[in-house]
Amino acid sequence: MSDTASVMPEHPPVLDWIHDFDHTDPRWTENPYPIWEELRKASPVVHTERFLGCYMPTTYQAVREIAHDTEHFSSRRVIVRDVRPETMNPAPPITSDPPVHKPAKQVLLPPFTPDAMKKLEPRVRAICNELIDEFIADGKCDAAARYTKHIPVRAIAHMLGIPEKDGELFIEWIHGILELGIKDDNALMAAVHEMSAYFAGHIEYRKTHPTDDLISTLMKATDGNGQPLSDQHVLGSLRLLLIAGIDTTWSAIGSSLWHLARTPADRKRLVAEPELMPSAVEELLRAYSPVTMAREVMKETTISGCPVKPGNMVLLSFPAANRDPAVFPDADKVVIDRKENRHAAFGLGIHRCVGSNLARMEMTVAIEEWLKRIPDFRLDPAGKVTWSEGTVRGPRQLPMLFGRPA
Amino acid sequence: MAGKLKIHVDQDKCQGHARCKSLAPELFELDEFGNAHEVGDGSVPAGLEDKAWLAQTNCPEIAIEVTEE
Repeated sequence: MSDTASVMPEHPPVLDWIHDFDHTDPRWTENPYPIWEELRKASPVVHTERFLGCYMPTTYQAVREIAHDTEHFSSRRVIVRDVRPETMNPAPPITSDPPVHKPAKQVLLPPFTPDAMKKLEPRVRAICNELIDEFIADGKCDAAARYTKHIPVRAIAHMLGIPEKDGELFIEWIHGILELGIKDDNALMAAVHEMSAYFAGHIEYRKTHPTDDLISTLMKATDGNGQPLSDQHVLGSLRLLLIAGIDTTWSAIGSSLWHLARTPADRKRLVAEPELMPSAVEELLRAYSPVTMAREVMKETTISGCPVKPGNMVLLSFPAANRDPAVFPDADKVVIDRKENRHAAFGLGIHRCVGSNLARMEMTVAIEEWLKRIPDFRLDPAGKVTWSEGTVRGPRQLPMLFGRPA
Repeated sequence: MAGKLKIHVDQDKCQGHARCKSLAPELFELDEFGNAHEVGDGSVPAGLEDKAWLAQTNCPEIAIEVTEE
């Protein structure tokens, strides 16, 4: 740990987005879409000196090229931060590069297939209704704090085989890692250590009391050489499932309800035509993709004609790719029955989100159950919608009023 | 009159997004890792042509080839 202050100074405001972008700027957090449009018009790849040097591909094509190029771009750091400490806590397979990536990922894939998700679906439906029961009589709620936040936490806890009530701990750790951690190394390390200690206990317990949950599945798994995974590997993967599986889907469900609260036509259409739900979920994933990843440039190369140099990070914005009008006509419009939608919300290439089928199921169920119980709702003008900063974008306060306006 | 369609999932490109399985469950199946494969020899039964094209145009990895015989 560094003996200097670990909290970096506040970032100066951005005056020139094209040469000095900053994804932690409050204007980016509030509404990134016009900024991305400006950057995309300027160049397929832009650069900032902030974050010790960082590129951002702005087009779908440039994002795709980088996501598919594991030779020049490493995943060993997947968050663009102010610091790049050498001590790292790998979370395989998201922080893995070939050739170790594939065996680490294959361990995690079978528990997350669509068929596996079908088995989990009734529990998620029940979780949604238990949550709605708690606030529906009030006629209003903060949907981010009372609903969207708890669904993925409880679902992943259920899969891992740990108490659903421990979800509150997870939310604190994830806040420390994904938001505070961008600028505050102490907050990040504290959260990582607490999380590791928590899971180490669960791993130890299962050594004498085997279970049939996801933690035990990982403990029984083998690596590419047929050797059991080390406790460190299991811990890293558990950390990944938690970090990647919670505020991402929290954000996606929240953005979806935010959109539906402001768009009565789409809300009514989904209630009247529930068969549109699959295409609506894909479109909401495209338009409000929550997750921006990162890469580290390892070797000099060219992306969409732009030179890219080692020593820099890359802000790999799948959300910006998904707003590229060259690939998606009316990219800034939500079209819930969009027919052609190759969106990259779950990434592209070997790092495709391992939990994509879980996320889709949770989104679908969360929106369906909400619409069944609360078909009419709107943003509460007395409250304020706030958005998370950094790597994962979604509403963190989402005040709603139920029913039709008086 | 268009010919009969045939589909093929390129295993080097498929990353298991499973969009094809969701859009055209009659034409695709998933293996234990969630990666997609065409059902049988990939021949598209009459009436399912639109679904074959829909799967092709929604695959994020452009891993589905549709050919006319």
